[in-house]
Amino acid sequence: MAREKMTGAQAVVRALEAEGVDWLFGVPGGAILPIYDALFDSKKLKHVLVRHEQTGAHAAEGYAHATGKVGVCFGTSGPGATNLVTGIADAYLDSVPMVAITGNVSSALIGSDAFQEADITGITMPITKHNWLVTDVKDLPRILKEAFYIARTGRPGPVLVDIPKDIQNAELEFEYPETVNIPGYHPPVREEPRLKDAAALIRASSRPIIYLGGGVRTASAYEEVAQFAELVGAPVVTTVHGKGALPETHPQCLGMFGMHGARFANYAVQDSDLIIALGARFDDRVTGKLSTFAPEAKVVHLDVDPAEISKLVTATVPLVGDLKLLLPQLTAEVRKAFAASGRADLAPWVKKVADWREKHPLHYAVQGDEFIEPQHVIRRIWEKTQGKALVTTGVGKHQMFAAQYWTTTQPRQFITSGGLGTMGFCLPAAIGVQLGKPDALVIGIDGDGSFQMTLQDLATAVDLKLNIKIFILNNLFLGMVHQWQDLFYEKRLAETPLSDLPDLVKLADAYSCLGLRARKPSELEDVLDRALAHKGGPVIVDIRTRPDAHVYPMVPAGAPLNDMIDGE
Amino acid sequence: MERDEKLPTGSSHTVSLLVENKPGVLHRIAGLFSRRGYNIASLTVGPTERPEYSRMTIVVLLSSKTVEQVVRQVQKLVPVVEVRELSPVDLIERELLLVKIRTPEKNHAELRALAETYEAKIVDVSPDALIIEASGNAGKLDALEDRLATYGIQEICRSGRIALERGFKTLAPPNLK
Ligand SMILES: Cc1cc2nc3c(=O)[nH]c(=O)nc-3n(C[C@H](O)[C@H](O)[C@H](O)COP(=O)(O)OP(=O)(O)OC[C@H]3O[C@@H](n4cnc5c(N)ncnc54)[C@H](O)[C@@H]3O)c2cc1C
Ligand SMILES: Cc1ncc(C[n+]2csc(CCOP(=O)(O)OP(=O)(O)O)c2C)c(N)n1
Ligand SMILES: [Mg+2]
Repeated sequence: MAREKMTGAQAVVRALEAEGVDWLFGVPGGAILPIYDALFDSKKLKHVLVRHEQTGAHAAEGYAHATGKVGVCFGTSGPGATNLVTGIADAYLDSVPMVAITGNVSSALIGSDAFQEADITGITMPITKHNWLVTDVKDLPRILKEAFYIARTGRPGPVLVDIPKDIQNAELEFEYPETVNIPGYHPPVREEPRLKDAAALIRASSRPIIYLGGGVRTASAYEEVAQFAELVGAPVVTTVHGKGALPETHPQCLGMFGMHGARFANYAVQDSDLIIALGARFDDRVTGKLSTFAPEAKVVHLDVDPAEISKLVTATVPLVGDLKLLLPQLTAEVRKAFAASGRADLAPWVKKVADWREKHPLHYAVQGDEFIEPQHVIRRIWEKTQGKALVTTGVGKHQMFAAQYWTTTQPRQFITSGGLGTMGFCLPAAIGVQLGKPDALVIGIDGDGSFQMTLQDLATAVDLKLNIKIFILNNLFLGMVHQWQDLFYEKRLAETPLSDLPDLVKLADAYSCLGLRARKPSELEDVLDRALAHKGGPVIVDIRTRPDAHVYPMVPAGAPLNDMIDGE
Repeated sequence: MERDEKLPTGSSHTVSLLVENKPGVLHRIAGLFSRRGYNIASLTVGPTERPEYSRMTIVVLLSSKTVEQVVRQVQKLVPVVEVRELSPVDLIERELLLVKIRTPEKNHAELRALAETYEAKIVDVSPDALIIEASGNAGKLDALEDRLATYGIQEICRSGRIALERGFKTLAPPNLK
């Protein structure tokens, strides 16, 4: 690439173009104006003007989740940058590749409590893979190259580049580097993968279980996982981020386990003698009380991040590396071990798990004709869309109902905020998903509380004429907290009832989009059909659901995984 | 299987880091230790044989298993080029101690003798006070402090630990060796 004279701001635009960015999300302001001015001339970059930087960051996450590419968001100095923080933290905990670019006050003013100055590199240090405050315009191309590289490689995650205004205006000879050289980034692999040891454990196990997490998504290792799972023949459980890593219709797949997993899935994990964890991180929402987790199980843990190995659960055999490369090697090693020495008979174990599945299925009851059951809404949308839509969710009961009842059959189909659990994720993520996957049907399953945290960006969805369909399971409660109060706080409903505001149909009208409402079971089918048939922009659907429909089964926080309440 | 419900407190471990000599690196490392609840007993930073890198020596009070986790987490920081726990057997470690003693001149001779036993030096003398400088491992300096206590210690200033491993092994990754 020939060298070319330009400003720092133009260099940012050129770097983003070189990285193949198409959509990006942000709000302009004084300290990032030079970059916006340069953006005005770009033919390749399509900037979405969001109404709040947090939604910009979540939209970038939705885009990244759905496409596997790096999501990009912008914010100005001070409040623009701090508004991004929740989205960055969300991306950090869910390993979503993201580059956040912020303007800052001019270098000479940094450290002087200048107007709209915030130490955003200091603030985001614990929630980014890395961040940079650019101090010399000549460093800008290298830093942006490194930023994208770090965001998408290894264990993906967010990075932030903070660029003072004078650096945006300064001139440089631009040349985008072809390669990166970051001496501290490639951690030396400390242990050679002990594939033979892993294969020996798998061969000898009579009650193995395969535990799939979000790493299957980030590695795009769906094929490799299916081959491995079918060779081993073990039952498969997933985390909420592992949904779709093996189609949930696959006979071996037991679906999600954990706090709100199916009984049979949790029983299978607890009773296993070998856990094969692939791209999953033993979160406390899935292990329950750690000291009682799968007491008889040995653990094979494959993860690209060495710091995840034996962080919470000690790995009998650690395998550090990229699933996409390492899993086929493990599959080959297991095949060899089976051929050479045979293997334990899994039939009794498979039968036992099947019996649990039959005895303790996930189920819900439709009670009377007054209230719409939330689970039923999810099942009906799933059926009407033949399970093909991409789904985003808010956080709360509706999210867990969706996790339980949205049978996920495709990669990157179920997109949710798992690690940070950010209410308000649904609508902005749906915007990003739809832009990344323009031909897909995008459905949001949201809560009345969650929706109100980012609803201003309905305007963005209307502007862009996105056909996203947001179904709000409106129980007039901060429902998940209500559930905890019912179960663990003697039904003392401190600050969880929500007033019946706003009128979501009128709100939709105010934003010039379609708003629909179903109050009774008899109204549901028609409303769902109309919503799904709607074209030409977003639709908001207010579905009144049974307020006391709680999510079961449930493992109380800190209880053993097989100590579930209800759901029988 | 062994599973910890909470971070245990434990014994002293010396972790050596080679880091990029750039602004904010100390903040990143100190921040990681504090937010993950790793207890730092001492931390020193200084230049190395290459100007672009600094060496940090961090002493932590943790169980061995947690130290392994510390090393893995620290390794993830981009400016950290290499990090390792130094083997306690092969460790050459030093701290520097300055002690100000307030004591009448008649005791000075006695203190001079004491200092000599500990290979320490008297580096400042005034009529009713003196400053002793000593270096060595933590145990030796602790012992010297105990002995000096009876003379009336006014102020102590002690550096953190610095350490290298014996032999030809170095911390630099292969491409820098
Ligand atoms: C209200 C609520 C309830 C919840 N209840 C549940 C529940 O019942 N069950 C449940 O499962 N979750 C639940 N969650 C989500 C939970 O908090 C965690 O977010 C989730 O369990 C983590 O999923 P994961 O282990 O797949 O890890 P992720 O956060 O997706 O991490 C992915 C892992 O894969 C590794 N990885 C990434 N790329 C690669 C690669 N290329 N090769 C190898 N490894 C790689 C990463 O290093 C990391 O360790 C709940 C969340 C909320 C908000
Ligand atoms: C930003 C944020 N604030 C608070 C919480 C705590 N919280 C978790 S679930 C929940 C209630 C969610 O209510 P709603 O969106 O209506 O969903 P429901 O549980 O009723 O389905 C709350 C307040 C959170 N997860 N995120
Ligand atoms: Mg609600």
